[in-house]
Amino acid sequence: MPADGGIGAPNKRREDIRFLTGKGNYTDDMNKRGQAYVAFARSQVAHGTLKGVDTSAAEAMPGVVRVFTGADFAEVGGIPCGWQITDKHGEVMQEPAHPVLAQGKVRHVGDPYAAVVAETLDQARDAAEAIEADIDELPAVVDMKAALLEGAPKVHDDLTSNLCYDWGFVEENKAAVDEAFAKAAHVTTLDLVNNRLVANPMEPRVAIGDYDSSAGDSTLYTTSQNPHVIRLLMGAFVLGIPEHKLRVVAPDVGGGFGSKIFHYAEEAFCTFAAKAINRPVKWTSTRSEAFITDCHGRDHVTTIQLALDAENNFTALRTDTHANMGAYLSTFAPSVPTWLHGTLMAGNYKTPLIYVNVKAVFTNTVPVDAYRGAGRPEATYQLERVISKAAMELGVDQIALRRQNFITEFPYATPVAVEYDTGDYVATMDKLEQIADLSGFEARLKASKAKGKLRGLGVNCYIEACGIAPSNLVGQLGARAGLYESATVRVNATGGLVVMTGSHSHGQGHETAFPQVVASMIGIDPSMVEIVHGDTANTPMGMGTYGSRSLAVGGSAMVKATEKIIAKAKKIAAHLMEAADSDIELKDGQFSVAGTDKSVAWGDVTLAAYVPHNYPLEEIEPGLEETAFYDPANFTYPSGAYACEVEIDPETGKVTIEAFAAADDFGNIVNPMIVDGQVHGGIGQGIGQALLEGAVYDEDGQLLNGSFMDYAMPRADDVPFYTVDHSCQTPCTHNPLGVKGCGEAGAIGSPPAVVNAVVDALRRNGSDITHIDMPLTPSRVWSAMQS
Amino acid sequence: MYEFDIKAPSKLGKVVRKLKKDEDAVVLGGGQTLIPTLKQRLAAPSQLISLAKIDKLKGISSDNGVVTIGASTVHADVAADGAIPALSALAGGIGDPSVRNRGTIGGSLANNDPSACYPAGALGLGATIVTTDRKIAADDYFRGLFETALEGAEIITAIEFPVPDKAAYVKFDQPASRFALVGVFVSRTGSDVRVAVTGASESGVFRWAEAEAALAANFAPEALEGMTPSGDMIGDIHGSPEYRAHLVGVMARRAVAAC
Repeated sequence: MPADGGIGAPNKRREDIRFLTGKGNYTDDMNKRGQAYVAFARSQVAHGTLKGVDTSAAEAMPGVVRVFTGADFAEVGGIPCGWQITDKHGEVMQEPAHPVLAQGKVRHVGDPYAAVVAETLDQARDAAEAIEADIDELPAVVDMKAALLEGAPKVHDDLTSNLCYDWGFVEENKAAVDEAFAKAAHVTTLDLVNNRLVANPMEPRVAIGDYDSSAGDSTLYTTSQNPHVIRLLMGAFVLGIPEHKLRVVAPDVGGGFGSKIFHYAEEAFCTFAAKAINRPVKWTSTRSEAFITDCHGRDHVTTIQLALDAENNFTALRTDTHANMGAYLSTFAPSVPTWLHGTLMAGNYKTPLIYVNVKAVFTNTVPVDAYRGAGRPEATYQLERVISKAAMELGVDQIALRRQNFITEFPYATPVAVEYDTGDYVATMDKLEQIADLSGFEARLKASKAKGKLRGLGVNCYIEACGIAPSNLVGQLGARAGLYESATVRVNATGGLVVMTGSHSHGQGHETAFPQVVASMIGIDPSMVEIVHGDTANTPMGMGTYGSRSLAVGGSAMVKATEKIIAKAKKIAAHLMEAADSDIELKDGQFSVAGTDKSVAWGDVTLAAYVPHNYPLEEIEPGLEETAFYDPANFTYPSGAYACEVEIDPETGKVTIEAFAAADDFGNIVNPMIVDGQVHGGIGQGIGQALLEGAVYDEDGQLLNGSFMDYAMPRADDVPFYTVDHSCQTPCTHNPLGVKGCGEAGAIGSPPAVVNAVVDALRRNGSDITHIDMPLTPSRVWSAMQS
Repeated sequence: MYEFDIKAPSKLGKVVRKLKKDEDAVVLGGGQTLIPTLKQRLAAPSQLISLAKIDKLKGISSDNGVVTIGASTVHADVAADGAIPALSALAGGIGDPSVRNRGTIGGSLANNDPSACYPAGALGLGATIVTTDRKIAADDYFRGLFETALEGAEIITAIEFPVPDKAAYVKFDQPASRFALVGVFVSRTGSDVRVAVTGASESGVFRWAEAEAALAANFAPEALEGMTPSGDMIGDIHGSPEYRAHLVGVMARRAVAAC
């Protein structure tokens, strides 16, 4: 075994040394010679006609290099959308233009209509405040259902309405679903809101545009989860720069949670402006700006109905969701409430008939797009809440009701178009009951009562589809990109390796986990493997990091590239040992000839590849470097069962999480410590959604909680010590590592557990409450208790 | 931030003279409210006159049943003092360690944020606000949201707190900022009972007279059972006026129980 462990070893994260000692290299740490600074002038109203922008005062201010308005971008493209949805009538979605700087109208608070480039940041900000915009304020649409009413103000005048699409899935099943409801012995209906969230990564967004006039090359340094995607979208669709003249670099990235997947106007602006003034141009988002420009997440309003027969078998499910798109279509926004949501509505259950309707709606709010889980938390939340409500209505045990309806045979083709390859939902529920000590709940309930507190238990399951995705499949579903991943493995003469990957870490620990994979295959120490990522100039085209895909898809590309390396290295070894290729075995970094004591070390072979004095040059080329692209055959399907115990202070309505247990099945595990951390973080984020977070707009489209003074992020003392277990492992059958992905599970599985627990606590106290919308703030819980 | 000058005189008289000369100048105490305000470009003072170098404004002394706290004393020092345990506990619950090591009692009282804790402490203990010009009873000092009895160039130099027989402060955190959504300070000195409420009212910190009367008759949580204050309570995304009024009753009972 390697000294510090390969696959399965809880290696400490090597990148943390620089992150925790202030030595990370984030985009804002970069400064280019001659750099100028950008400040944007942003709309303070949610909706208005932009009649004119007077920049004369700003242009005369000290240090101002140039002022840009929408007119400067008339000749370039708008910010593109990467996914086209076809609605239930076979029509493609309504897709509005999204100019880099607003033209004609402003559509949300924060929409930029001008930008100042100046010598210093303060000069840029001063001048941006001196820009006078002539805006005729228009009535804003904020509520999705109101936005669809006849005569509602239109966010985009050139569209027929505020409806982006009306999606039905599976449309052919609709009649059968309705019939099953008509025959049902019991129907449970639940109305709920999946609250709008602000991602708030620790590092705000930053963009630096740089232009080399001698070569005509543009470079964008940006806080991105996927630099190649930004290069493709911005180069091809916005600025018209071919990829060989455009480099996108995302250095260390301080969290993203989805919000740094998308191509933003500020990136295109800085790249464009750098060329226009022939100087580097830097923009750093303030926290206040982040609240009104980073894409928000979730924001679904749903009615879900579950039909059951007389034996409590689920017979049909139908859901009706309004999904907020905000004012413009962000990069992947249309896919989130459709393919990433509707396809997960079967959950862990063998419901035979499912129909999902989603109306995506434009409003005068910040665009909404993928946020940790992206569609899957919305599916899980409504499904797991309606099952708990059904159990309450029927007076049956909620765990028993779930167990009765579990899918137990795999592969399993759901009625919503996906096929689960593996899983064992009975095993994760058994594990949960054990690690959460559910049999001890009654005693804990008594102890809480003795303190004057209400105690409740919430239990639920989840499934997610990770490792997005087979390119041919997503192409049929409307994706305008492939979703493979790539890796180049470069072996150096002295045996060390550099792995260049299209995946990009924004905190996941890739620099630690990926070397474990490659080193394990060769049998060397992971410290001999270095990961290079985040720069389109030195990594192969990749699709980036989101959707818990980096190990399942990116790791698989590394495996394929490393297999090519090993195959070639075996040929070299065979030559050195004068044996047949097929007799060569590789173990613990030693090549040996089967059945003999002949062996050569990994380093002898790598040296021979680069110093080919004794080398089969007529058969193979010198050098040891291979690239592979991996396109998955299916999604992966991590699953699990979660339990949450809460206490409620009946006098104030304050909820505290007393215990939280998670039994996950992630398939094979490469680094269990990193997996624990991902689950901890995900649950923390889910608790944040359930108890604390939620962007609130007033009817004029003003964000009422646009700072940490009013937007409640979870803090360390809001979350408990978690009990996390991932010993239930049903390996993925179609990727070479058998891994499924773990990055989003916690955020998907935890909100229903918390809400189920709170409702349970109130009902045990005699309330007939069936639901409270998130976030379950003290005020909301207290109000619910009064009614 | 907009540009400004910053001065740090070592004599209080010089601070006052500078303020009198320049009406756009602002006093800088611990800066825990002012600096974030400046960073967000929500204020544009011509100059900041820092109190940092005026040593006589710092420190805590006790004499004859009165604890005197210099206006520049930081929350962490009040928290560590313990001469009036309820006041120390209040100070120890403000913000986070970095706020408590910079923010000052004088700055908090001069700002009179309707959700701040110190106004409840000063009013609930019947403190006296000592300024460069005069002494002001706490009952006369607080004049509504961010409004006080302070005149133009008048600076708080110290606060005198009579030591109570019993006192306690209980607050319910606003979930995001962790300022007081509602905070109640209760004290009893002889037969005199004070109940001061912060965070709740549209008029800022106030004394809850009905509760004081009830507690004067029977100093026990049960005396407040079912009582909520009248008057306009704040309603926002964190709680309705009804919820705040209810919390005032709950926190008051808990404060009495903690006395």
